[in-house]
This record gives sequence, C-alpha cells and structure tokens, in this order.
Amino acid sequence: MAVSGLLMLGYLVAHVMGNLKVFFGPREFNEYGHWLRTMGAPVLHEEWALWIVRLVLLATVAAHAVSAYQLSRRDIKARPVAYAHKRRRASYATRTMRWGGVIIALFIVWHILDLTTLTVNENAQPGHPYENVVATFSTWYGNVVYITAMLAVGLHVRHGFWSAAQTLGAGSASRDRALKAVASGLALVLTAGFIAVPVAVMTGVVS
Amino acid sequence: MKLKLRVWRQRDAAATGEMAAYEVDGVSEDMSFLEMLDTLNEELLLRGEDPIAFDHDCREGICGACGLVINGDAHGPERTTACQLHMRSFRDGDTIDVEPWRAAAFPVIKDLVVDRSAFDRIIQAGGYVSAPTGAAPEAHATPVPKPDADFAFEHAECIGCGACVAACPNGSAMLFTSAKVNHLNVLPQGVPERETRVLDMVATMDAEGFGGCTLAGECATACPKGIPLPSIAAMNKEWLRANRKVKR
Repeated sequence: MAVSGLLMLGYLVAHVMGNLKVFFGPREFNEYGHWLRTMGAPVLHEEWALWIVRLVLLATVAAHAVSAYQLSRRDIKARPVAYAHKRRRASYATRTMRWGGVIIALFIVWHILDLTTLTVNENAQPGHPYENVVATFSTWYGNVVYITAMLAVGLHVRHGFWSAAQTLGAGSASRDRALKAVASGLALVLTAGFIAVPVAVMTGVVS
Repeated sequence: MKLKLRVWRQRDAAATGEMAAYEVDGVSEDMSFLEMLDTLNEELLLRGEDPIAFDHDCREGICGACGLVINGDAHGPERTTACQLHMRSFRDGDTIDVEPWRAAAFPVIKDLVVDRSAFDRIIQAGGYVSAPTGAAPEAHATPVPKPDADFAFEHAECIGCGACVAACPNGSAMLFTSAKVNHLNVLPQGVPERETRVLDMVATMDAEGFGGCTLAGECATACPKGIPLPSIAAMNKEWLRANRKVKR
C-alpha cells in the first residue's frame, strides 16, 4: 500500500503541475500536451515514454487495489462480532479511505474516457487538450464528478501519506508533527491545484 | 446513583450471547466500575441468578487483567483501566453498555471474559531476552544511554490488557506487539535476538488472526498506559531492518 501509494502520489504532483499550465493559455497547454507524447525523444520513439508511464501507473494502481482488498478482508475477518454500542472510530480521512479509494478508482475510469480516449467528451478534438478541458468543465456533471473526486483525493492523501511514512518506518514521536503537516499540505495543494482548473473554467478565467 | 446497564451475557464459548438489561441502585460515585459490577453480582446471587463473569486481578491498574468495552470505549471514558475507572465519570440515570473485547483472536469464554492467550503466544515467539543464569551482574557492566532507557521504559509500561485490539476498528494487535518489540530491541540485553524477535513476533501476530494496521490511531487513544502511536512505525522500521539482515 505504502510504496504503490507514494508512487501514485509522485505522479499526482507532476500531474497537477502540468494541469496548471492551462492558465498560460491554449498554445502553451497544447504544446505541453504534445510534449508528453514526444517525451524522451529522440532516444525513445514517439509515445514510448508515455506508455512506460502508463504501464507503471497501471501496475501501481493494481498493486494498491489488490493490497487494499487483502487488508480489508483481513480486517473484517479479525472482528467477526461487532460492538452493540456503535461509535465513530478514527478521523474522517481515515474512515473514508476504503470508499474514497473506490470513488477515486471509478473517477479514473471516467477521467480516461473523458480526456484521454475522449469517448464522453463534448468537444473530443484529438491534439487539442485545452479545448477538451474547457468543454468538460462547461458541463455540470463534468464539474460535479471532478470536484467530488478531487476532494476524495485530498482526504485520501492526507491519511495515506502519513500512513505510508509509518509503514516504511519513517515515523517517530519527534517527526510526527512534521509528517502530519506535510500530509495536510500535500492534500491541500493537490486538491486546490486540481480544483483550480474547473473553477477557472466556470468563472470564465479559462475559456 | 441509579443506573441502567446493558451487559453482554454468554453462557460459554459455544453459546450465542446477547445484551441483557439490568438496573443497579445505590451506586456511589467513589466506587470503581468493577465494584459497581460486584454490587450488581451480589444482587444477582441473592436472586439466585448467574453472576456476570468478568476478568480482574490487582484492581490497581497495573496487572492488565480487567478489560471491558464500556459505551464503545475500551476501559471506558477515562484513559485508565476499567478497575481504576470511577463511577463519578457517569451520571445518575445513565444507561451503560458493557461488552467484552471483540476480536477473532480473543474468543469469548463467558460473558465479559475473553481468552487472551494469543498475546501469550506472541510473547513466546520473541518477547524475552536470553540472559545467562547466575548472580546478578554488576549494575554498571552494561551501560544504557538515557534516551534508550526512557524509550524502553515507555514501552515496558504495556500491561498486555488488549485494549488496543478492542479499540482498533480492524482488531489489530500492532500496538501491543510494537510495545514488546521496542521495549527489548532498544536495550543491549535484547540485541542477540533483535532480528528474530521482531520477525517471529510479527509472524505469530499475523497467524493468530489479528487484523492489519490502517493507522487509525484508536489503539493509542485507548491504551491505559499511553503507549504512543509512533511505536508502530518504530516496529515497522525494525521489521524492515531485520528482513534486510536475515536471509530466510
């Protein structure tokens, strides 16, 4: 969970930085989109680097999902009889890790259909990511799906980053506050950075 | 004080239990929670009913025998053991739910008594040091740096009551095992078994059917001895180190 999670977190940081290029206008954003395809050239053939990234991500998502399934099965089995006196256990971010993860997984499917394969995109112009992004965030459902998923990402990262540090043995009493601050900071920056794009489209800053 | 209790009653390990309602009158706020149960049990005996079985021994908060989930909290609302919890933490007319520790690795024997020998088997797997017998060694023969001694002592405080498992949403025993591993692994006396200790104790913990850790932090909140949550990270560090050192 920890290693695959941190790999995906690293990808998200790169992803949000790429997204924010939308604020520099269609030319720069579309050029960036094109660069992603020619990344690694001329050593690598066109789209090879992109496909390597995609395959690594697919493997990490699969590893993360399989370990989450195994961990959840084990945890449910470890308490066969529930307490009669119910009360909430752990923080909101912690309690929503499982369902939050499912929401994010479903969102990834939607996100690929929307902006990679363009299957459900209103504009669906290959090679024009800027226009496609504007088209998506001009629909109410595009915004709702995206913003909900990004809030889930923020909560997931908040508990996930700190937990990964504990799993890998990096946590200690003296480092605990710093780790929690980094986890909250990352969650906030990622969520705000991702949500900035639909908000900008809705308010007409990006059109 | 007059209280309403809902207590888990289960005749034996094979029986299916249920929450049973009782009323207790004449409860003093200076009574401990166990003394309140004693009062109820005396009444039950006078009525010819089976008294409620619960574990207890020292009643001083140091043995780890008592363990009740009171209103959903392991050891109740105060950060102490159930025997050191006083009735002043409750109000007249309150309804209090009393349940046993709930975990697959802690099967109920009767009423509120659970079998915690899974903890004993974790200890048997590595919670010891191999010390030569004979006269006590000279006290200064093995110097221990003060920070290490403090770290060891903090974890040695664990009384093995099982509140961490009871409070954990996953029924995980990570806090207990980490307390025992950290206590011995940091000391020079524990060095000979440093790697096998953490590997064997964690393997036994997993085999006993405890859940996996999701760092929810409920264990450290419930722990009457204040074993801190970063103990788990410290054990993970030891476990990763041991896996690098030991080729199995």
